[in-house]
Order: sequence, then C-alpha cells, then structure tokens
Amino acid sequence: MQEIILELEEKRTKARLGGGKPRIDAQHGKGKLAARERIDLLLDPGSFEEWDMFMEHRCVDFGMADSRVPGDGVVTGYGTINGRLVFVFSQDFTVFGGSLSEAHAEKICKIMDKAMQVGAPVIGLNDSGGARIQEGVASLAGYAEVFQRNVMASGVVPQISLIMGPCAGGAVYSPAMTDFIFMVKDSSYMFVTGPEVVKTVTHEEVTHEELGGALTHVSKSGVADLAFENDVESLLQLRRFMDFLPSSNREKPPQRPTNDPADRIDMSLDTLIPNNTNKPYDMKELIVKMVDEGDFFELASNYAKNMITGFARMEGSTVGIVANQPMSLAGCLDIDSSRKGARFVRFCDCFNIPIITLVDVPGFMPGTAQEYGGIIKHGAKLLYAFAEATVPKITIITRKAYGGAYDVMSSKHLRGDVNFAWPSAEIAVMGPKGAVEIIFRQDMNDRAKIIERTEEYRSKFANPFVAGSRGFIDDVIMPNSTRKRVCRSLHMLKDKELTNPWRKHGNIPL
Amino acid sequence: MFNKILIANRGEIACRIIKTARKMGIKTVAVYSDADADALHRLMADEAVHIGPSSSAHSYLVIDNIVQACKKTGAEAVHPGYGFLSENRKFQEALSAAGIVFIGPDAHAIYAMGDKIESKKLAREAGVSTVPGYLDVIKNPEEAVEIARSIGYPVMIKASAGGGGKGMRIAFDDAQCIEGFVSATNEAKLAFADDRVFIEKYVDQPRHIEIQVLADGYGNTLYLGERECSIQRRHQKVIEEAPSPFLDEETRRSMGEQAVALCRAVKYKSAGTVEFIVDSKRNFYFLEMNTRLQVEHPVTELVTGLDIVELMIKVAAGEALPVTQREVRLHGWAVECRIYAEDPFRGFMPSTGRLNRYIQPPESSAVRVDSGVYEGGEISMYYDPMIAKLVTYGDSRTQAIQYMRDALDHFYICGVSHNIPFLASIMAKQRFVEGRLTTNFIAEEYPNGFHIADLPPENPDILVTVAASIQRQHADREARISGQFLGHEMVVADEWVVRMNKSNHPVSVRTTEGGYDVVVNTKRFALRTNWDFGQPLLRGTINGRQICVQVERRGVDYRLLHAGTQADCLVLTPLGAQLASYMPVKAPPDMSRYLLSPMPGLLVSVAVSDGQEIKAGETLAVVEAMKMENILRAERDGVVKQIHALPGDSLAVDQIILEFENTKAA
Repeated sequence: MQEIILELEEKRTKARLGGGKPRIDAQHGKGKLAARERIDLLLDPGSFEEWDMFMEHRCVDFGMADSRVPGDGVVTGYGTINGRLVFVFSQDFTVFGGSLSEAHAEKICKIMDKAMQVGAPVIGLNDSGGARIQEGVASLAGYAEVFQRNVMASGVVPQISLIMGPCAGGAVYSPAMTDFIFMVKDSSYMFVTGPEVVKTVTHEEVTHEELGGALTHVSKSGVADLAFENDVESLLQLRRFMDFLPSSNREKPPQRPTNDPADRIDMSLDTLIPNNTNKPYDMKELIVKMVDEGDFFELASNYAKNMITGFARMEGSTVGIVANQPMSLAGCLDIDSSRKGARFVRFCDCFNIPIITLVDVPGFMPGTAQEYGGIIKHGAKLLYAFAEATVPKITIITRKAYGGAYDVMSSKHLRGDVNFAWPSAEIAVMGPKGAVEIIFRQDMNDRAKIIERTEEYRSKFANPFVAGSRGFIDDVIMPNSTRKRVCRSLHMLKDKELTNPWRKHGNIPL
Repeated sequence: MFNKILIANRGEIACRIIKTARKMGIKTVAVYSDADADALHRLMADEAVHIGPSSSAHSYLVIDNIVQACKKTGAEAVHPGYGFLSENRKFQEALSAAGIVFIGPDAHAIYAMGDKIESKKLAREAGVSTVPGYLDVIKNPEEAVEIARSIGYPVMIKASAGGGGKGMRIAFDDAQCIEGFVSATNEAKLAFADDRVFIEKYVDQPRHIEIQVLADGYGNTLYLGERECSIQRRHQKVIEEAPSPFLDEETRRSMGEQAVALCRAVKYKSAGTVEFIVDSKRNFYFLEMNTRLQVEHPVTELVTGLDIVELMIKVAAGEALPVTQREVRLHGWAVECRIYAEDPFRGFMPSTGRLNRYIQPPESSAVRVDSGVYEGGEISMYYDPMIAKLVTYGDSRTQAIQYMRDALDHFYICGVSHNIPFLASIMAKQRFVEGRLTTNFIAEEYPNGFHIADLPPENPDILVTVAASIQRQHADREARISGQFLGHEMVVADEWVVRMNKSNHPVSVRTTEGGYDVVVNTKRFALRTNWDFGQPLLRGTINGRQICVQVERRGVDYRLLHAGTQADCLVLTPLGAQLASYMPVKAPPDMSRYLLSPMPGLLVSVAVSDGQEIKAGETLAVVEAMKMENILRAERDGVVKQIHALPGDSLAVDQIILEFENTKAA
C-alpha cells in the first residue's frame, strides 16, 4: 500500500511536469503559460479536480512506444469559477506539442460527456500543434469524436474556446463549433491551411499572424469574438465572462446581487438623439446607462461594428443586448452584421437569456458587394433567429426603423414581447426623402412641392404614432426612463412560456 | 431697479448673471442660437429668444437681433457678459437708441480703452505707470531699430490692434528687431487688417496682475484688490488667483490708486479691469484696460465678499455703490481654474462633443463652480471651449490650493477631453505652491508639452489601497453569485498583489464595516467609503483623511485618477502576479505604416486606392472635423496597401484610415 502511494506521488509529480521543466521554460519564454498554470488561474483556487492524469497514448510506431508522458498532452477535469461548476481541458504544448492523439481525444470526450449529463459549461484552452501524425487515422478519429460531441453539446451547455497557441488544420473545427472563441494576441493563430501551403497553392505570401492571428479573426473574418493581450488577461476575462452564462439550457441565467436601482432615471438620455436625424450618436452610451452598473461585456467589438452584441445585467440577471450602431455605416444591416447578430441571438435563445434589442436602423446596405455576397440569405439569418427565439424579447426603437430592417430587428410581428419606442422613433418603409421621391415621382421637378410632400410624409410617419395606433409599439417611453421600463418588462416576462412547434430542427438559411 | 434684463451671452457667464438677477428679483431673458437650443442658460432663464443660426457671427454678434429680442420681451437692460458684444460701441449705440440700458461702462470709455496705443497715451496722461516704449506708429525697420536702441533691449514689438499673441515679437538685438518688425507687421495685416505696430520694453519674469475697479458715476470709484493671472498658455489665462502671492500692501495700493486715476480720467462707470505687467522687482506697467466683466471675476468676489454682477446692475440702474474704499477688505485666498474642453495630451487640441457624464464637485463655502453645461449637453464647436470655472476659497493660499486639488479630483467629465489632469498637475507643482509665477510658467514647466507620466503618484500606497479595496469589493460580490457548488462556495482570500503601472505591490485586504482595512508594505490603511459598483468617483477617507479617486473599470483592470496622476492597476492573486511576470512586455505597435485620423471626425473622401504608389505631400484623405476639412497628406513616398475606412465613416481619434506597404528597407 505504502509503495503504491509513493508510486502515485511519483507519477503525479511526473505528470505535473508535463513535457518537463525545459519545455515549460520555453513556453514561458514565449510569453505563454503552461497548461496547468492556465487552469490554476482560470479556476477558483484549489477547486480543480483532475481526471485521467495517468492516461497515456497507445501508439507503438515511429519510436512512440518509448515516449510516453502521463496525461498525454492535455489536462482535463472540472472545477469552479466563482463557485460554479465548469469542465475544462487545457492542451499542453510541452507534451508532443499538444498534439491530439486518440487518448488525448478520449480525455476531452470524457469531460464533455459528463458536462452534458450534469449540465455545466465546457471550456477549452487550445494550444496544440494539430493531429498526432504518428497515430495516423486514430488521431483523425479522435478529432471527429470531439466534433460530434461539440455538436451534441451545442445548445445544451455553453462551450467556450480560448485559443492560446496554434490551432491549425482540422483542429480548428472544434472551436469553430463552440459558442464563443477568444484568442490571445500575438501568441495564438487559427487557420485551415498554413502560410506554407497557401504559398504553394495560391502563391500568396502571408505571415501566420496576418493569416490567422487574433487581430485577423476579430476584425477581418469574425471567427473569434475577442482578442486579449496575454494569457493572464485572457483567463481573468474568461472568469468575468462565465459569470454571465447559465450553466446549461436547463437553467436560467445566474443572479448576482447589485445595488443599482431598477428605477434609476438618467436624464442625460433625453438628449442622446441628435436634432439632426442624419447625425450619428453612440448607441453604447444608451447600453451603458441602461444596464446594471454600466457593466457591458461586448462581444465581437471589432467586427461588423454597425451591430453591437454583448452581455449585461438588469437587476443582477443576465441579458443579451443586440443593437444597431449609428456610428458605423449608419447602423445599417449588412452581411457581416446580420451573421454576427443572428449567432448571438441564437445563443441567447438556447440558454434562456432575455434579449434586449435597441433599434436605429436605416435599412439594409445596398450594393453589388452585398447582393453578390448573398445578403438575402445572410439577412434572413437574423430574421430567422429573432423569429424563432422564445426567450423574453424587449425592443426599443430609438430613432430609425425603416423598411424590412424594421421587421427584422425583433419587431412585434416576430413575437417581440414588449416593443417600446422613444419619441424620436421613426417607423416607416423608408426615410421621408426617399419615400417622396417614389410616391411623387411625377412632381420631381417641382422642388417646392417635393419639400412640401417630404414634410407631409415626415409629419405622418417620422414619429412612433402610426405604429402605435396599430399596436406594433406597446408604448412610447421617455429615454430617461428606459432602464425602469425595461426592468419592469423583464419582471413581467420572468416566467414567459412559449414553445415552437415540434420538428427535428428548423432549416435556418445557412 | 429693472424688472427684466436680457443677457446677451451664453454659457457659464449667462448662467452666472441669471443667478444674481434672480437673487435681486429681476426677471431674465436668455438669447440662444440653433446650437444652444438645449443649452443650460436657455433653460435657466425666465424667457428665451432665438436669435439665429449656430455661428456666433449670425447670432450672438448680431446687434439687431438682440435689440429686437429686448423689444419683444420688454427687457429694460442688457448685460453683455464678456466677449461677444461686451466691448462693442455700436451695440451700445443701438441699445441707447432703443432706450435700453447697457449694463457696463459708457461708450466713450469703451472706445478710449479699446485701442492699445490710445489707451496707453491716456494712461500715461493720468499718471499711470506704463512700459517704457514708443507708442506712435512706426514706419519702417530702421525707425524700429532706432527706437529699440533708445528704450534698450530686449524689446517687444506688438501689433496695435493685436491680441491673443498674434503680431508679437521679442527682439534682443538689431537684427532680431528688423526681422520682428517685418514679421509682426505682416502678421498684423493678415490677422487684423491693420499693420500698425509699436515697440515697448520687454519685461523680465513678467507677471500678469490686474486690478478690479468699480465706479458708480457719482464719484465713487473703487479698486477691489488684484488678481494674479500669470498662469497662461499661449496668452490664454488658465489659472487665476486673488490676491497675488507677489504683491505687498504698498504695491497693491499704488496699483489700485493708479487704476482708479485712470478710471477717473475716462469718467469710467461700472466694473472694469486694469491689467498690469509686473517685473521681478515689483515694477508694474499698465498693459490695457478691459471695459467689461472679466472671466476671472469670481476670485475677487470670494476675497471681497462682493457680487460684482449685482453691483454692475445697480450702477446701471443709477444707484450709487453701497461700499466705500475703506470698507473694501480682502479676506482669505481664492484660486480659479478654467476647465477647458481640450486634450492636454495632444497639444491642447480643442475637443467637442457630447458630455456623456458630467459630475461637478459639490458647491460649498470653499468651492464655487460657474458652469453652463449639464450631463447630456453638448460642447459645441461654434464657441469658446470653456466648460466651467472651478473656484476654491480658503483662509490661506495653501488651503485654497488644497481645496482646489480636492475639487479637481471630484470633477468628472466624460465624452469630451478636458484639461483637468493638466490643472491638477500644475496644482501639484512645487513652483506653483511656492507662488513663483511668471507668464512663462507653463512654457518653462512643461517644455515638451504635457504627459501623463510627468507626475508620478505622490503616495502610491493610496492608489494601491484604493485598487485593492475595489478589487476586494468586486471579488466579494462575485462570490455571491447564484448557482454555486453547495458547500464549496467561492471563498475570497485576503492576499492580493496590485500591479500598478508595471510594478507589483503585495497587499492584504480585509472587508470591514464601512470599508476595507488594507496593509501595504506593513503600513496600515483604513479606507472607509460607500463606493458602489460602476460609480466613477470613489469618495471616502483613508486613515481619516478625505480622499476622492476617479475609477474607471477597463475589463479586468482599473484606471485610477487622483491629484493629476493616472495609474492603471491590475489586481491579481499572488499566483496570478507570479505568472504575470512571464507575460511579454509588448512594444507599442508601429503605427508609422498607417495613416491615422488625427482627430475625431467624418471621413469625407479617400484620394488613393489599394496598391497605388504615392509621393510625399500627396493628398491621401480628407477628414471633416469641427466644420473644417482637414487634408491628410503622405509624409513620405510609398505604396498604399489597403484602405481601412470608407468615406462617410465617423472616425475616432487615431483610427486607421489606410495602411502602407511595409517599406522598411528604404
């Protein structure tokens, strides 16, 4: 017995060292933390329960038989973040470059299966050179097993990927199927094929960073949601982020105490909308002044900036915010912003997070780039997402709500639960100028008449009353009381029940 | 007394005049332009009249519109404030033709003091000490040299119609004198359409000290002590105080008496200011007389206990001054800071926009805030960028400065850039505290401009204590989130490490009744505060001493502002701090490959396209900001790699407009 305990200690010590001290030092030298250090920072101190520390690979080819490291390049288990259960795997770059073997994949699958059974999020800390080539197809099979579980877990438990090193080739498709991808600047990259292959195939010369670095994915491709400065900041941000999420689709979002009064009035919002309807203003000011404590966790802040998405709290409980941003492209809907918004709305709907939609949208972005790019299908994603969502949906039209974009942005017709308008709201098929140019085409040469007609149209439609008279708007509210009205609406909707008809699954226009 | 007066001004001064009028039971009429439709002065007044579009040339400066506004509302008198029409003779004539009283001096005094050369001659005749110089118009460079030699170098060459530093040159020898004469003449011609210049003695270690005067037209002419306004940036006053730390009683009296003599000579009525320049030996020379209420009048009000606006109104209404010179006593010390909407970290570039958050320090017997804005209001591009005047009053200069430092900490502005950090930095300068001021103070103390690193925290432990306490408060609350592992809830530790501006400070933080007990390097700090999450100001006491720190949570770290210093604090567990030491120190990215927007604005056009070769000086893009089109040109030859912003985009400052190919080899 004593011998076994001694041997256990020995094995543990060996396993904890991963690829050994020199490799850990090398990892530090690159400004990266070791796999276990990352877990220690992410989880509450002392809360980590490690599984499969002694698992090893079963490969005997290419000299692998003599090269075994307990744990096989990934640290898995569960622990808590602020006392709440999460499952985590952390790939260990110091062991075979973090490459994925059959055993490595089995360890990940094991925690994913358990996470789904008990209803807790899965966090992946990715730092892997790719497939364990020595294992050949067994390694590929391992990937696919993980992919399958990613899909099965999708919408059941939140899945979050933090890319902290390389993630290339087929390996990218596991994070790609998780709900959120965060990356570490300068030390992580993601791509399907690397710069060398790119060069031979397309003759493009591109660096790792340009092709698949954090900045590329948060601003150009939109693959990643946020990029953080370094490992430490990333892990602290991830702790902060997890506090917003429910543990599974069986739970409501977590509650956190706050002293921010639900009936807090903010008079300064009454002057947020500029007198000139074409002048931009920052929608984030409304978000920050409406939500608890001004604490807004924005996602994809560098991608499709004309659409703002992110989490906040109202009276201590998580809400998802979707908002048009007049500061960027006048807040119009285009391909990127529709996709960004749609995915976020669907996440909220999966996990019982009420959605607050702030609308100031002049319409869809015109142009060949948009049409050729398939704005019809992409715009439809956002429409589909809002329409199928059954969580509480509160919409506030601050200014423009024009045309089809009005319908899309969580309108009454898409089962919006509470639809408010500010006095500055203009709900119409289009802006007065454009409308008059179509309706009164024959008068186009008569400037005075056009001005008169425009004014007529403006006074008729550039207000919330026509929509209000049809019940498309539940009430016109003063901007200063927005928080109070939204808080009350959320209370009213707390036990909302709404189910969509049974089906195998809908067919969202992908 | 009047029943109703109109205030022909805007902003803080309009609000300040309305306050006094209200106190006197007089109804007020505000005038406003398009841009001021929601301005505070409009909302404060009993009535308001729209007088035109935003630009002041078409609103606040249109005499007819203001006269019409008086007629429409039945205002019997007009207070012009400062600036705008306050020293405009035509305005006075128009008012008197309409039978409306001008609350200010008579037209002849304004006229006599309006011209720099004329006013100097008058002053000299009235026995006022003037700078040795030659006041007649100088015809050519040769004559300039002759005069300069007779006065003795160094000399100052000044435009007759000048102001704001334009058309001014200092010469130390003949060559500089010739060159200065030519350039000052040219500049004056361009700026004022008047190329007359004169020469006077250049004063060493000059201080700007001015005398507040007040005359009732019945023979009672008072001087209300002096104000020192030496802290100037490009001839714009930034900080003023009363009294001056430099004057002795004798100098004060002789300056005051000369100022009164000048007033008598021009039969002055109402409030006015006689400006002097004072050299290191307390020789003083007359500069000019301002025939209006000065921006910095509050410091005089605080040390004399008189309401200058009230007295101006009384005098205008034909009443005699209720005080005599004997009764004018100076008590205590007052300091004023002008809070400007400008970016001190970017060469004091004016800033405009929406005041997202605006929190003034609470007013008291020690703190006075004259402002014309409110949270959610707008700092418009059309007018002076002054947001407010912050004035503190104490028994001594030291106390007034201490109150000012504290009040600056309490002043929170978000949305536009502002000079509060700069003001706080001046307040912390030893030279300022010692009162060793000259008009070159700012140029000498900040030779390379103003940088946040100029002022390291006086006592870093204070900020460490605050950061640790805020972190503890967050951590304690996070540990109360729902859905925790029963029996395995999060327990918050007492030991933390505050990483402030890259250095580690281990601390122990305990939550106690009403605050936190923090140990930093074996020193104990008891922070007592009722600060709550999301509040921008943490007010409280540390070991009994009052403190106010501005707190901005930026993701996982905190930016703290206190006493003009800024500290970025990341509070980590001891393990986190140890691991953080492995994190790479990243050099700021090389932005020379990018064309950045130098200001917030609208991208009007991009003149180049991807892959285009460009030559130095070529136009790249046009950015519109503050109604001005700014042409951005290439600094060197290169190739455009990619355009990052589209015409019509709103640009933030430093936003990337386009990227150049990497041409490091060249």
